[in-house]
Amino acid sequence: METFALQMKGITKDFPGVRALDNVTFSVRKGEIHALCGENGAGKSTLMKILSGVYPHGTYEGQILINGKKVQFKSIKESQDAGIAIIYQELALVGEMTVAENLFLGHDLMRSKIINWNKIYAEAQKWLDQIGLDIDPETKVKDLTVGKQQLIEIVKALTKKVDILILDEPTAALTESDVEILMNLLHDLRSKGVTCIYISHKLGEVMSLADSVTILRDGKTISTDSIENLTEDMIITKMVGRELTELFPYEPHPIRNEKILEVKNYSVFDENGKQVIQDVSFSLKKGEILGFSGLIGAGRSELFISLFGGFKGKKTGTVLIDGKPTNIQKPADAIKEGLAYVSEDRKRYGLVLGMDITKNTTLTALNKVMKLKVIDEALEIKSTEDITKKMNLKAPSLEAAVGQLSGGNQQKIVLSKWLLNDPKILILDEPTRGIDVGAKYEIYKIMNDLVKQGVGIIMISSELPEVMGMSDRILVMSEGRITGEFLREEATQENIMRCATGGKKSVQTTINS
Amino acid sequence: MSRQLSTVNVNEQRNKGISFKLDLQSYTLMIALVLIAVIFSIFTGGEYLSSRNLSNLFTQMSVIAVLAVGMTLVIVAGHIDLSVGSLVGLTGGIAAILQVWHGWSTFSVVFAAIIIGAILGLWQGWWVAYRAVPAFIVTLGGMLVFRGILIGLSKGQTIAPMSESFKQIGNSYLPYVPGYILALVSIVILVFWTIRNRSKRMNMGLMIPAATVDYGKVAVYSIFILLITYMLNRYYGIPVPFLIVALLSIIFIFISNKTAFGRYIYAIGGNQEAAALSGINIKRNILWVFIIMGGLSGVAGVLLTSRLNAATVNAGNMYELDAIAACVIGGTSLMGGKGKIFGALIGALIMASIDNGMSIMNIETFWQYIVKGLILIIAVWIDISSKK
Repeated sequence: METFALQMKGITKDFPGVRALDNVTFSVRKGEIHALCGENGAGKSTLMKILSGVYPHGTYEGQILINGKKVQFKSIKESQDAGIAIIYQELALVGEMTVAENLFLGHDLMRSKIINWNKIYAEAQKWLDQIGLDIDPETKVKDLTVGKQQLIEIVKALTKKVDILILDEPTAALTESDVEILMNLLHDLRSKGVTCIYISHKLGEVMSLADSVTILRDGKTISTDSIENLTEDMIITKMVGRELTELFPYEPHPIRNEKILEVKNYSVFDENGKQVIQDVSFSLKKGEILGFSGLIGAGRSELFISLFGGFKGKKTGTVLIDGKPTNIQKPADAIKEGLAYVSEDRKRYGLVLGMDITKNTTLTALNKVMKLKVIDEALEIKSTEDITKKMNLKAPSLEAAVGQLSGGNQQKIVLSKWLLNDPKILILDEPTRGIDVGAKYEIYKIMNDLVKQGVGIIMISSELPEVMGMSDRILVMSEGRITGEFLREEATQENIMRCATGGKKSVQTTINS
Repeated sequence: MSRQLSTVNVNEQRNKGISFKLDLQSYTLMIALVLIAVIFSIFTGGEYLSSRNLSNLFTQMSVIAVLAVGMTLVIVAGHIDLSVGSLVGLTGGIAAILQVWHGWSTFSVVFAAIIIGAILGLWQGWWVAYRAVPAFIVTLGGMLVFRGILIGLSKGQTIAPMSESFKQIGNSYLPYVPGYILALVSIVILVFWTIRNRSKRMNMGLMIPAATVDYGKVAVYSIFILLITYMLNRYYGIPVPFLIVALLSIIFIFISNKTAFGRYIYAIGGNQEAAALSGINIKRNILWVFIIMGGLSGVAGVLLTSRLNAATVNAGNMYELDAIAACVIGGTSLMGGKGKIFGALIGALIMASIDNGMSIMNIETFWQYIVKGLILIIAVWIDISSKK
């Protein structure tokens, strides 16, 4: 008989009005990397919260066996003691503390009456070396990139006794090189007998990394298969329960030869006067999807937050909208000019999580639901209902706080909020980060509809297939400059990556503005 | 296809559960209030619920209630104002100085007190919004500065007496007949407003609560209004300070629910960064919140000086804490983004009830502090644990 590190049998979990998990079975063999796939809202997080004791024993039905032994976790502490560690998407590190302090926070080394700092730093260095992370243990965590922080979090878990490591979307914010370190780390752990549960929307990673895959859909287990028996398409089909004709529903559409946005010699400086964007020029046409590719940190978000009037530092250069010069100093100016900016960090910059769906949706377009300067509640609800229906939003009620919704639905609300303003230029910053395949597909469809109506879309994306799949034209940025431009037909992963990593403009580059 | 499920369908299925839950939360406050009333009635042999005492109670709560209305806006916006007690003292003191020492008319001194309050609010709001100094620090400074100015201006003296008309503001009553007329008018408005709202939602094809629920609410409110009016009319009538509180509450409940300014305050307090990127002018809105708080402190200062018929250097001492406590008991979150003016009013009533009830029972003052402190902690604990 096979030995299972973990078996979850007949798990059923109810929330008021919703059955989140319905008789789910989840078995993980010892020492394997087991991917858990499913759309947002399929029940992955709930299942992991049950496993880690966030939902204590007694609040769900079913049983959990670790190494064949029945366990009943009443708290997170108990699951940790049993050797289960979860790395969440939202990091749990103390930014003001050093790497070493974070690594051993709550560790026995820190519990002695007098802390031996030399020993802690030496120990930390040993761990970092072992993983192959080139980080000084005395750096403050807040000074590291998100990707490095994520790796620190994993190392932190390893410093404790860990048999089962759960990673929830670990690579969502990682750069290519950090992803590589992570992949090596996981392979290394597997050879040491650590069992790993890997939750990810990036199926490419799942295919190259996992030994087995379990797929959840609507709170039910659909299948558990060894990776050899699966293809990416099969996983997608099982996740969404239907065939996706194509991943990127790009439809050829007419692009009008009117420059809706023209940026000339644009430079941006941060608050300390450091130049983050260097002399950038580009234009966007009516009905065009312009992709912005590049590595994280290339300055794409800074460029567009600055164009939108939300960046704190200075800027120079000319911005023309519909051929007319503009002077955008604050987001309100940008909104007046017909710009909309959907941020990459929707929880931080896009939504007021405690507010309900209606109020979030109408926040930028309140004047459209006001009569004589007074908010017309009925009109407000009606407008929200109309737009969210177009977005195919799934929510318990329009009065639900947006914080309770899944990432995909939250993103649809951010989109609704901006579309209510009828923007001429829609800037989408990583529009599909951390959301599931089905919702991604719907967002692409919405983009298609918008360009057909003549909206110009700028899509910043770090995922090459997405940029190549949806854009009419692609600009590549590296270290604050535009380093390449490709028409849809010309773009290949290789030449985009070459420009993104700062290589010289490739031969294929055409200047076409 | 199951994923085509529209929001409306889901709405209908789940709305019941959600609205019930929301109601339950606002009911806890009511239940607490009723409980306190029952306890005090028993211990005071019914004296607590007598017409005379209700009249006193509503008058006593008025100063804190006015402050609590403004404080709700400040806290919802994610800030705090520790200076309002001193500002009440200062504006009330200035009103007294202008009238007693310089012979200004009642109308002018009331106007002056409110304007000076608003200007000092503007001063503090400028530091908070445009100079990014934390409100806690700015208003802690204001608390000292304003008290200092008051002591300096009044030369440490008690300033009295006020003119007859000024005294009327805090000590007079709406006579019997106008009181009932006012009650009836507000009931008619309530009914009319409910009908209009229902028909409007119906025209837009939106869901409307069952008629029994809506009109049941109207009936309960109407009975409550009539009962209060009846009780107060059995004494001298509706106290004018209570009318002022009611009027200000209606205005600010309207502002917070129905205007862009109100909505923006909740958005700023809920997530300032998202609000900024949504095109909301954070600084100007915060500035206005402090101006309003200052103006309301002026109103409270006038009420206090009028009720006491004098201005003292200690007037309004610690009122900021009572106002903050009223908001918090009423469900306002100190994290910002969440809170209701109506809740703060009930909170103010609860705080006033404790003072009032314990006074009738002849319990020593120190107990009032202890009990109020404990109730504050328990109220927040209930709020936090009900969310889990």
